[in-house]
Amino acid sequence: MRIPRSRARARARSRSRSTLRASTLAAALLLAGTALAGCGSGGPGGSDDGSLDVWVYQDASTKVQREVVKRFNKTSDIKAKLTQVPGEGYSDKMRTSMGTPNAPDVFFNWGGGSISDFVKKDMLLGLDPAMDKDPELKKAFIPTILDAGAIDGKHYGIPMRGMQPVILFYNKDVFTDAGARPPKSWDDLLKLIDTFKGEGVTPFALAGTDPWTELMWVEYLVDRYGGAGVFQKIQSQGMAAWDDPAVLKAAQTIKDLVDRGAFGKNYKSVNYTADGASTLFAKGKAAMHLMGSWEYANQKANQPAFAKSGLGWTTFPAVPGGSGDPKSVVGNPTNYWSINAKVKGDKQKAALEFVKFAARQDYSGDLIANGDVPATSDATSLLGKHENPDYARFQYDLVKRAPDFTLSWDQALPAKYTPPLHTTVQKLFNGQLGPAEFVDALKGM
Amino acid sequence: MADAATREPRPAHEPRPAHERRRSVGRSEVGWPGVGRPGVVWALPGALFFVFFAVAPMVLVGALAFTDWDGIGTPSWTGMSNWSRLWDDPETHQAIWLSLVLTVLTWVFQTPLALLLGVWAAGRQRNRAVLSAIFFLPLLGSSVALALVWKSLLDPNFGLIADIGPALGFADGDLLGSSKGAFGAVLFVTAWQFIPLHTLIYQGGARAIPRSLYDAAAIDGAGTVRQFFSITLPQLRNTIVTSSVIMVVGALTFFDTVLILTKGGPGTDTTIVPYLMYRNGFQAFDLGYASAVATILVVVATTVSLLLVRLTGFAAMRSTREGM
Repeated sequence: MRIPRSRARARARSRSRSTLRASTLAAALLLAGTALAGCGSGGPGGSDDGSLDVWVYQDASTKVQREVVKRFNKTSDIKAKLTQVPGEGYSDKMRTSMGTPNAPDVFFNWGGGSISDFVKKDMLLGLDPAMDKDPELKKAFIPTILDAGAIDGKHYGIPMRGMQPVILFYNKDVFTDAGARPPKSWDDLLKLIDTFKGEGVTPFALAGTDPWTELMWVEYLVDRYGGAGVFQKIQSQGMAAWDDPAVLKAAQTIKDLVDRGAFGKNYKSVNYTADGASTLFAKGKAAMHLMGSWEYANQKANQPAFAKSGLGWTTFPAVPGGSGDPKSVVGNPTNYWSINAKVKGDKQKAALEFVKFAARQDYSGDLIANGDVPATSDATSLLGKHENPDYARFQYDLVKRAPDFTLSWDQALPAKYTPPLHTTVQKLFNGQLGPAEFVDALKGM
Repeated sequence: MADAATREPRPAHEPRPAHERRRSVGRSEVGWPGVGRPGVVWALPGALFFVFFAVAPMVLVGALAFTDWDGIGTPSWTGMSNWSRLWDDPETHQAIWLSLVLTVLTWVFQTPLALLLGVWAAGRQRNRAVLSAIFFLPLLGSSVALALVWKSLLDPNFGLIADIGPALGFADGDLLGSSKGAFGAVLFVTAWQFIPLHTLIYQGGARAIPRSLYDAAAIDGAGTVRQFFSITLPQLRNTIVTSSVIMVVGALTFFDTVLILTKGGPGTDTTIVPYLMYRNGFQAFDLGYASAVATILVVVATTVSLLLVRLTGFAAMRSTREGM
């Protein structure tokens, strides 16, 4: 430290003060200038460099999209360039880049609420004209899945990943030990709660610190009590529509389940993201687990032996007096590609061509090889190649037969409702809100 | 370095401290009045950086607080509507209350421990260096990693809490699911992580206390406890203020631990102001309202630290070495 300082002093003496001040100023401006320029051009290529900028959520399934980009680039003059955004920050990054020159041309999303604000501002390309022109494209996908991502009946997304319905999983070994069979009706389910409590096993694993896992129960119960129309009305008419009796009935049922000890005593502290609930379930300390279809992949990674032979699955039963179709499912139908409305001309053609690749058999084959179940309507013949064909067929038929596939509420509603929805549901499960207060809280969102 | 400087008591004829020496050397070498002090221009790069990355965003946030903006498109001016909502929102009231309680408890919990540890670490006991190094470790981890570790430890079925929970009054290890337990967990984990920093500050402060004071006290017959209360504590007055300001402002802006450990739950019972701001800004994308919350946070944190500095007389920079 000492030497440079004395050198600086010597230099300072040899130069006149004004040149010093000027050069410092210049250096400072240069520094600030580069810093600012850095902010402006920090993002990926932008939409004006002739290539197609494709953004995807980065996780274990991203390799399927890497492959399709390679295949597409062999056929197209306009090359696709894949940007893989690490999962956690995906929504923020997408949100902040839209409407700036750094916005992607084609991007991954969850349909529904994740794009509804963009649609409101005309930032996405409507895909209905393209589907009318190319009826094969529309027919390529299971209709309920295509529609689940639509906004006000208009399509903005092409399904591009596996389907993720919520499934009632059960632990086969625990069921065998208790001499029990998977529930076919609500009565069965209530009886099973007592059976497993008698065995000292928690009937249902539930990750109470992650409210979206609790939301799955509410979604299924409302669907079984009042049908998919209840939530559709909430989506189209606003929060006052939470008034539907099915919502109150679902909330009362949840209170009943909690009081019966269906979720054990410490579910409020159990997490999903650090594998608390899944481990509980795999180790046989809980008999059943209501979870998205990714639970299979999750168990395979952490408890491979259990995933292979101990994991059973069934549908969510009907409820007494419910008017909903018990064949309906809730969950995440799939993920979608959407196209930025700013993409025009040849590039728009290329973008449409690119998203159509998701309808092709080779793409579905890649998804299956990756352990996903594709949302295309002709995938039946491919399912045998899945690592667990029984599970793949169960899932595929479950979804294909379902008259309605309700997108998870926290993703279907505009983003501003997500946090209050989560805390309200958590408070219902924790007993901080009674069923009637729960409905009032939802109406007040 | 600090070690070497304090190991031997400074002899009376030792030259003045470095900063005084430098100033006098500069003056005598150059000979012009005022030249020894670097010109304002030297502060320009730092000032520009601060303006672009701290002042400008803060001003923008202040402006956004009067708009409705969902992150895309153009913000629309809504006047005071965010503020009247802030005034009426029970969640915001709860968040402000929780933040204040957390700040006070953080100070009450961390200060005595850090002070005692720091004074102990300033000594010359056997194994002191090794133990100090171990105590220092939590500070080196990233908050996110530490919160994840604690989250696993607090898993009610497989974590440490499953065994010790009942003894702490949380049957079945249901700690993160109870309002008091989750709040206590945030308080404890952040303390565990930040006490080492404050220990370090107190260690430095305690090392700087002249040996001669203790020698004199020992001659007068003062024991260890008496020496601590009559010499160490008064001498550490400015250190305590520094540490407290860092602690209080830090506690008002705790975020990552809450995000990972409790997500503001159960319900909203650990949703402190910074987490509320995040929820509104980056989950609900209600950036106007989030900006209003952020503005409140900036104002409160600044006011509190200014008050602390004022009330403790720290601003006057009164020396603790007067007459020595």
